[in-house]
Amino acid sequence: MAKTHKTVIKVDDVTVRFAGDSGDGIQLTGKQFTRTTALIGNELSTFPDFPAEIRAPAGTTYGVSGFQIHFGSHPIYTPGDKVDVLVAMNPSALKVNIKYLKPNAIIIVNEDNFTERNLRLAGYPKNPLEDGSLKGYQVYPVPVTELTRKALEALGLSQKEKDRCKNFFALGIVYWLYNRPLEPTIEWIQKKFAKRPELAKANILALKAGRNFAESTELFASHYQVEPAKIRPGVYRNITGNEALSLGIIVAGRKAGLDIFVGSYPITPASDILHELSLHKNFGVKTFQAEDEMAAIGAAVGASFAGDLGVTATSGPGMALKTEFLNLAVMTELPLVIFDVQRAGPSTGMPTKTEQADLLFALYGRPGESPVPVVAPRSPSDCFYAAFEAARVAIQYMTPVIVLSDLYLANGAEPWRVPDLDQLPPIALTSAQPGEEYLPYQRDPETLARKWALPGTPGLEHRIGGLEKEENTGNVSYDPDNHERMVKLRAEKVERIRDILPEPEIEGPDEGELLILSWGSTYGAVVTVMQELRKKGREVSHYHLRWLNPLPRNLEYYIRNFNHVFIPEVNLGQLSRIVRDRYLIDAVSFNRVKGQPLMVQELKEAIEQILAR
Amino acid sequence: MATQSTHFIPVKKVRQQDFASDQEVRWCPGCGDYAILATLKRVLPDLGIPREKYVFVSGIGCSSRFPYYMNTYGIHSIHGRAPTIATGIRLANPELSVWIITGDGDGLSIGGNHLIHIMRRNVNVNIILFNNEIYGLTKGQYSPTSPKGQVTKSSPYGSIDNPFNPIKVALASGATFVARTVDRDTKHMAEIFRRAARHKGVSFVEVYQNCVIFNDGAFREVTDPQEKPEHALYLEHGKPLLFGKEKKKGLRLHRFHLEVVELDDPEQADDILIHDQHNPDTAYATLLAELTDKENMPIPLGVFRSIEMETYEEAFFRQIETVKTMKGEGDLKQLMVSGDTWEVKA
Ligand SMILES: Cc1ncc(C[n+]2csc(CCOP(=O)(O)OP(=O)(O)O)c2C)c(N)n1
Ligand code: SF4
Ligand SMILES: [Mg+2]
Repeated sequence: MAKTHKTVIKVDDVTVRFAGDSGDGIQLTGKQFTRTTALIGNELSTFPDFPAEIRAPAGTTYGVSGFQIHFGSHPIYTPGDKVDVLVAMNPSALKVNIKYLKPNAIIIVNEDNFTERNLRLAGYPKNPLEDGSLKGYQVYPVPVTELTRKALEALGLSQKEKDRCKNFFALGIVYWLYNRPLEPTIEWIQKKFAKRPELAKANILALKAGRNFAESTELFASHYQVEPAKIRPGVYRNITGNEALSLGIIVAGRKAGLDIFVGSYPITPASDILHELSLHKNFGVKTFQAEDEMAAIGAAVGASFAGDLGVTATSGPGMALKTEFLNLAVMTELPLVIFDVQRAGPSTGMPTKTEQADLLFALYGRPGESPVPVVAPRSPSDCFYAAFEAARVAIQYMTPVIVLSDLYLANGAEPWRVPDLDQLPPIALTSAQPGEEYLPYQRDPETLARKWALPGTPGLEHRIGGLEKEENTGNVSYDPDNHERMVKLRAEKVERIRDILPEPEIEGPDEGELLILSWGSTYGAVVTVMQELRKKGREVSHYHLRWLNPLPRNLEYYIRNFNHVFIPEVNLGQLSRIVRDRYLIDAVSFNRVKGQPLMVQELKEAIEQILAR
Repeated sequence: MATQSTHFIPVKKVRQQDFASDQEVRWCPGCGDYAILATLKRVLPDLGIPREKYVFVSGIGCSSRFPYYMNTYGIHSIHGRAPTIATGIRLANPELSVWIITGDGDGLSIGGNHLIHIMRRNVNVNIILFNNEIYGLTKGQYSPTSPKGQVTKSSPYGSIDNPFNPIKVALASGATFVARTVDRDTKHMAEIFRRAARHKGVSFVEVYQNCVIFNDGAFREVTDPQEKPEHALYLEHGKPLLFGKEKKKGLRLHRFHLEVVELDDPEQADDILIHDQHNPDTAYATLLAELTDKENMPIPLGVFRSIEMETYEEAFFRQIETVKTMKGEGDLKQLMVSGDTWEVKA
């Protein structure tokens, strides 16, 4: 292979986006790039951008599938606001993604696909490669289809089979651009196509041809080097939020010695949790696809009554249907974990777009005084710990717990250092023992949890239900004082969960000019902004809420220590309302509700503005 | 309170009174629910199942208060949703004997979806539907089983809804045991409950239940001693379909429906159908069920259908076992590093 004489430029971090038709193998290409990038030791974060339609016609804008990766030699917390390199396999891919590009970004296009028909499908009156409209970018038209076919000429494959390899040709180009080895992908291809060696050969040839093309032509002026990051030693894997929720709950079941019962009804973007858990029936996981969301949570409640840990996963519309059973779980004080993978609402809303707008619903969206603990993971891998903690709280406090994830976390992926499971805290059951004098609503003096008495145990026969219960005995009661006592006991029980939760730590000084207060999936964007601002010498601190109910004790202390409390959210200011209500402070609410995660740049600008006041 | 587990001492025979809870029963005096409660308490001790293995699950309604009056495990849940909870209980612990107590509103209106799905899955539970053709607890509105024209609080000019025939719903949903009984005939009811309990798979029992307050006498044809013989058709497996005071009337198949024949007519007596509860097709049982809605036809009581089929739980747990044999008992450490992993060295 000829040595390159081109210059190598060092960069700290880069964002690349692959885009093309759903049939172009974009997700696979992105995953291969991710894998190689992780293997050579960069920090990274990724996000797939699936088209809403299942099989959109080829070449259309609504059929464009995207995959974005942000990688660097320093910690990376988001998949990146804006893109340095776009690989567009057709005009539509260019059209829908141009808005994500940085000025002077690199655009690599498959010019063979810029046909009249495809330009029309994309809605380009003129070919953008020729009309000068891409002047602000570095555009590299490459005849990917033709070159791939040529590279595979000698193989006895059909035209269609050859064309399927063109994504690897494009990947080869990007590998050269960022100086990545081909070996990990070659190995993967060999494994994947072990039974079809001719296809393995073709894909490897295409990959190499892409790389050689970039190297030997004078296409690019230079290529780039992103040095490995300082990464903690250990075994790593990539994980999405939904995978992490699933793993977390399986591990919790094992720790508690309980079977996991998952009642679920398919809904985007939560279905993958049901898919994932359905695979693991040999881990004490039972999965039940119910007739609707009520049945799904109902079966989970029934399973919890009979001694499994009931779990259900859903999103907005399904959440609405589950409220009635959530209240039954509050009243019967049974353990239950509800995964709400938020998407843009209300109603069907935008099922494939993200949002954080179920917070108030999770906290208050039930008739009656109905306290439910709520935990929100902050990154895809953090979903593992959130699920585990939720299960632990549910079991130890005999309560339903809502885990507020969102689409951005659910589909986003990041490398995760696989934890040592022995380090996780134990989960203690509140079981009543056969033969003991059992009162269904007698409470543990510390946790206020009632005891779990499993059907089948002689001597512990009892009835529970949605009617108000008499304290201790659990008999139906309409007594006014008893009701007030029970309402307060249920609330107090949830407050006491604080006792086992570590308090979040503030990042930055304890007091000062501005505190960014965030929750859930905005974590990555906020941390990135924080670090950039502090590098510039700005006086900002960051406090990230993990449990939204109960709120941590130290929150008030910090809130009062800053001149400004800035609360960024992907909703119209739901946490802001809570903070204003509870602490009577003039919190500054920063909101974007576009179905997209918060962008680092706009967040930074907003904070700079306040600091400049 | 037991101080020793009954597992270690010879199982003491459970008696009827052992099933009574300490809660005061609060149905209206004269309500048909009392007879059903008493009958079930009488039947359960005969089934040879220890008391702690029973779970009663109900929705909301007068009928759904039932679990509070049984000294077993129980959940009084939410309107219409008992089948969902019962399914979860069976899948968490298939050793339990699970009974669903529901009403015509609870089971066929708000909970209709859950009811048909638990039956199509053939979950091994016993469903007792108290049909009083009215909403009792909410004080007298028409229900999905109220006959057309029924005047109630919410239908002062008569209901315009076509009613459901619960037996047909059960048959159409694929229930493997379908029966009907009456609150006033406790002997028959006891027999039906026993058979329902012994049936492996879902058992659906419709009980005609008199609501003295809001729909008194709705089932007079089969409860009034004068009227009953003419109107009640007792289904007995392997026996001819006969009814009438002197059992002189029978049913035979004519074209695609059932018609009444007089036994005295030797020409026709031979055609009388013999009841076959094991008929695998639902068509026959459906014909019987439809008699209920026809003028001048008897009302069948007894077991319409009873067939053997794999239960949901059998399939559910067998699949888990198959996966375990295939993949071995799950290894958590292995699962944590499934997919692509890489190691970063110190
Ligand atoms: C979600 C909900 N909607 C409405 C009600 C009010 N409600 C209670 S019982 C009932 C009807 C009960 O009728 P049925 O099931 O026939 O029982 P019955 O009282 O006749 O035994 C209604 C509408 C409720 N409890 N919950
Ligand atoms: S209202 Fe009717 S069904 Fe309800 S308890 Fe009274 S008599 Fe029975
Ligand atoms: Mg009723």
